[in-house]
Amino acid sequence: MLRRLVRSEGVWLFSRSPAAILAALVTVAIVAGALFAPWIAPTDPYDLSSFSLIDGLLPPIWEDGSDARFLLGTDDQGRDMLSSILYGARLSLGIAAIAMAVALVLGLGLGLAAGYFGGRLDAIVMRIADVQLALPAILTALLIDGISRGILPRELHDDLRLAVITLAIALSLWVNFARTARASVFVERNKDYVSAAIMMGQHPVRIMLRHILPNIVGPLLVIATVDLASAILLEATLSFLGVGLPADSPSLGTLIRIGMQYLLSGEWWILWIPTVFLVVLVVAINLLGDFLRDLFNPSLR
Amino acid sequence: MLTVENLSVRFRDRYGTTLAVEDVSFDVRPSEIHGLVGESGAGKSTIGAAIMGLLPAAGEVASGRMMLGDTDLRALSPAEAHRIRGKRISMIFQDPQTSLNPLMTIEDQLIETILAHEKMRPDAARARAIDLLEEIGIANAATRIRAYPHQFSGGMRQRVVIALALCTNPELIIADEPTTALDVAVQAQVLELIQKLARTRNVGFILITHDIGVITQVSDTVTVLRAGRVMEQGQTRRVLGQPEHPYTQALMAAVPPLDRKLDRFRLPSVEGEEVDADDTAQAKEAEDWLMSGIGSGGPSLDLQDITVRFRGERTGMFGPREDFVALDGVSLSINPGSVMGLVGESGSGKSTLAKVVAALVQPASGQMRLDGDPLQPLRTRRRDDPSRRLIQMVFQDPYSSLNSRHRVIDILTEPLWLFDLEKDQARRKRLVKAMLALVGLPARSLDRYPHQFSGGQRQRIAVARALLSRPGLLICDEPTSALDVSIQAQVLNLLKNLQTRFGLTTLFISHDLAVVRQMSDDIAVLKDGKLVETGPSEAFYARPTAAYSRDLLARTPAVRFDKPTT
Amino acid sequence: MAGFILKRLVQSIFVMLAVAFLAFSLFRFVGDPISQMTGIETTAADQERLREELGLNDPFFKQFARFTGDILHGDFGYSFRTREPIGDMLLTRLPATLELGTVALLISLIVGIPAGIYTALNPRGVMSQSILIGTLIGVSIPTFVIGILLIFLFGVQLGWLPTYGRGGTVEIGWWRSSLFTIEGWRSLVLPALTLGLFQLTLTMRLVRAQMMEVMRTDHIRFAIARGVPWRSIRYRHALSNTMIPVITIIGLQFGGVIAFSIVTESVFQWPGMGLLFLESIRFVDIPVMSVYLVVIAFFFVLVNLLVDLLYFAIDPRLRVREST
Repeated sequence: MLRRLVRSEGVWLFSRSPAAILAALVTVAIVAGALFAPWIAPTDPYDLSSFSLIDGLLPPIWEDGSDARFLLGTDDQGRDMLSSILYGARLSLGIAAIAMAVALVLGLGLGLAAGYFGGRLDAIVMRIADVQLALPAILTALLIDGISRGILPRELHDDLRLAVITLAIALSLWVNFARTARASVFVERNKDYVSAAIMMGQHPVRIMLRHILPNIVGPLLVIATVDLASAILLEATLSFLGVGLPADSPSLGTLIRIGMQYLLSGEWWILWIPTVFLVVLVVAINLLGDFLRDLFNPSLR
Repeated sequence: MLTVENLSVRFRDRYGTTLAVEDVSFDVRPSEIHGLVGESGAGKSTIGAAIMGLLPAAGEVASGRMMLGDTDLRALSPAEAHRIRGKRISMIFQDPQTSLNPLMTIEDQLIETILAHEKMRPDAARARAIDLLEEIGIANAATRIRAYPHQFSGGMRQRVVIALALCTNPELIIADEPTTALDVAVQAQVLELIQKLARTRNVGFILITHDIGVITQVSDTVTVLRAGRVMEQGQTRRVLGQPEHPYTQALMAAVPPLDRKLDRFRLPSVEGEEVDADDTAQAKEAEDWLMSGIGSGGPSLDLQDITVRFRGERTGMFGPREDFVALDGVSLSINPGSVMGLVGESGSGKSTLAKVVAALVQPASGQMRLDGDPLQPLRTRRRDDPSRRLIQMVFQDPYSSLNSRHRVIDILTEPLWLFDLEKDQARRKRLVKAMLALVGLPARSLDRYPHQFSGGQRQRIAVARALLSRPGLLICDEPTSALDVSIQAQVLNLLKNLQTRFGLTTLFISHDLAVVRQMSDDIAVLKDGKLVETGPSEAFYARPTAAYSRDLLARTPAVRFDKPTT
Repeated sequence: MAGFILKRLVQSIFVMLAVAFLAFSLFRFVGDPISQMTGIETTAADQERLREELGLNDPFFKQFARFTGDILHGDFGYSFRTREPIGDMLLTRLPATLELGTVALLISLIVGIPAGIYTALNPRGVMSQSILIGTLIGVSIPTFVIGILLIFLFGVQLGWLPTYGRGGTVEIGWWRSSLFTIEGWRSLVLPALTLGLFQLTLTMRLVRAQMMEVMRTDHIRFAIARGVPWRSIRYRHALSNTMIPVITIIGLQFGGVIAFSIVTESVFQWPGMGLLFLESIRFVDIPVMSVYLVVIAFFFVLVNLLVDLLYFAIDPRLRVREST
């Protein structure tokens, strides 16, 4: 199967698209940086003892007054920007990835079932999806956060912040997967190989997983990349609005919010470095998503 | 009028360039209907597109000359070429459903086209449009011209398409598979129309099609194409009636005749599909295995009063719901070990009947019996019911009947383990190899994926899959309709061989009366969900009883040279 | 035709009820309203009495019916945080958000649709490629970053435009509008641009994709084969067929505008519904949250209904019944 992948059209096209290659490299670099942050970051920004106010507000290395220890400067608390970004990316990516995984399983499961069985199950799932689509993602995420704040006592809510945000994002994104999966299943279901399997009396779950699923991977992959980008943006937005991750364990969005205070003063790096980092990451993922979309839709090339 | 000399067209793709059309020459005179016939990939549509200047981005004319009267078509600038389109040459396509702009009335589309090429007042254009529609055979043209495309039926829509092509009085019309998407009766009308127009308006036609019957009936001259090259050309009667080129001869030998039943199609041996000696030994093994399962021959099938209703939309908020009756009280009996041919036009319900038997569609009422035992319909048939194994189906579309993500060996071993027919993995593999040999495919096919095979080969795999269940009843739903003529003949030969050896009870479904004649012992005719006639096949073809059947037979374009081509 | 309208109306009512149900459940079950409203000093007995008075011990559906009845009469309850009637808060905040959203949507349509058409018809041009790259980046930048960028550029560096608040407003009855003064417009530009930019890229990509697909259809091929002038093919045949599916998505876009207005209002301190909602989340002001939900859903459903009717009016396949 690996041989098939390597010789496939996708890889051929990929190797001829400088944009896709660049995007992939950037993504891999950032993901690797985030993953190995604990080992490669100069300091641990979450460890309150590792930084001090004396080192605060130092500019990055290419400006006057910088300190060689802090390549990208420090924030007002004396935390190293480079480490903050790496750890921040780690949080952002982690949350986004888990949220997307949950959304994928939920959406795929419901979409497969709705598309395959049709009838009442389909109607119910689609109604829920319709109602949820009436509320855009940010709204859903904010609502869930709000509800959990109402339900959980204060301390518990703070502890579970991570879980709540992840859940909020996942519940905002599952609808995309469900709709795409359902639409693809509708198309496949009319094909004869599915009829042949049903005729033979194969179990519906086997038909869905072994026969249909491998054939709908394409569109799902596209949605997965787009949703990953959405999840990252969503988390950043939530953090920026102040309902995401707090300042002492900041994600990229939180860092930007903190940095905004310095918009008018001279310490531009506290704001713009995390911002550029975030944008570059999302652009790279979107580029990959575009590439995948073109790959699975040869008519658009 | 049109002269094409040494035309070559090439396409660029990621592997390099290919010549889709190579050194093709022919000419078309006014009033002449020239047929371009060939199997898929012959390059017929490409030639039409090249003449129109409508080649896709990856294609270009490599060499040759195309002269329309005194105009060199290759030397035209894009703007000039666009001005010629419609004015001197027009083109019509296969699917009338998608050829018309759904958002514009017929009137607007006609008037716009006329005014694009001639200066006149809009009401003059409108008058011409109305006259044209009446000439084409659309009654009440003055009122109907204000309608939208979706308000016309398929045949009417194709007439509108023809009207649009004609309204600018071109010298030449290129028709690319104009009747392939239409029913037999409608097809006959449209072909008649084309012949009349060629005569009365002095328009030349290039008729592109794969259907040999259509060519025989309608075209004056023909060019036979294969893989982009001309095999033979000349007067239709001579080329197709007494072919000289071996390809044309093989092609004509593969066409199923309507007027008699062949024992087998006489075909040359196919390159690349030769079966080696030890494969033949393996084939014998599969044969024995199958025979031991079938025993005394296939079961009988009895259908009583089958009715199928599909839920329709409500006509108003509180109006009645108009259900679509796909099958209306159909009763049918198939004798054990015989082949029942089921014919009808599209929408007649033939596939639906097959699906009822296969438990893919639930009948509203009716009973079924397999070899005397009751056969449960969809909702009550259990997944482990023995009929699941005994009834197998070969589907129409070879491109969707095999899961493109599974390898051939996965596809073929599935029935073996599903029905507990062979538990040992090694023996399973041997059996599968043997079955491949039986259908004429090499053993190395096992590790390949479906997209690596041609349509005909895929159908063979589908047949192998069906046989590996050790079935008693085989349903073939338009098994060759998507295949080229010569490939169709091979597959039909295969099915005939299997029938002779194993005597499976078979339900053979097709809209093509000629094909059905070749395969069936008995025949049943469906129209709009009702059974019109049934009986022994040869008797039917010699003298059909029902008026509808007679009509159907008469309108089927057949390869006959005794009838004058008007 | 009437049947279609009726059916859509019924569907809309269903969605509204579902949302109201959600909002109500929120109100009722998330946290205890009584403890939110009263302090620690209130005795248990007093709390119980309050509960009785407010009818919080009544059966579920009776409370739900009352809830919907109240809303239909314009009584939206009281905010936990400020004790103000929510209805009043709506009146002051709603116009701000609606004006912002509408201007942003207009920007996205007026620029996005022509840009989409252009890039679809000239896919290989340099201009098209740059626009496409621009949109890719546009889709990847979060709205708040765009807002910050604009504030930085036009507010801080160039000092041309104000960076927060609504500027000069004029009251027309209960509607406070910023559309009638220069000051008002100057304050509106940056937030509207922020909100609209993201929507613009979405619109553009959508129109482009649709148009490219339409240009490949058979009826366009046939029109070309008939020699219909190119201008007509592009702007009459192709464009009309493109706009139909685009119209539905625009309806959905309106929802996006409302949602992203939360972020925009936060960045620019624009006193609209979004900011209100955000504050209610922070302070767990449940009544405001649930009312916001209902109001937003209402607008969304309304817009979708209008879009459906528009669709219906434009596509002859829906309007005129088939006849052979």
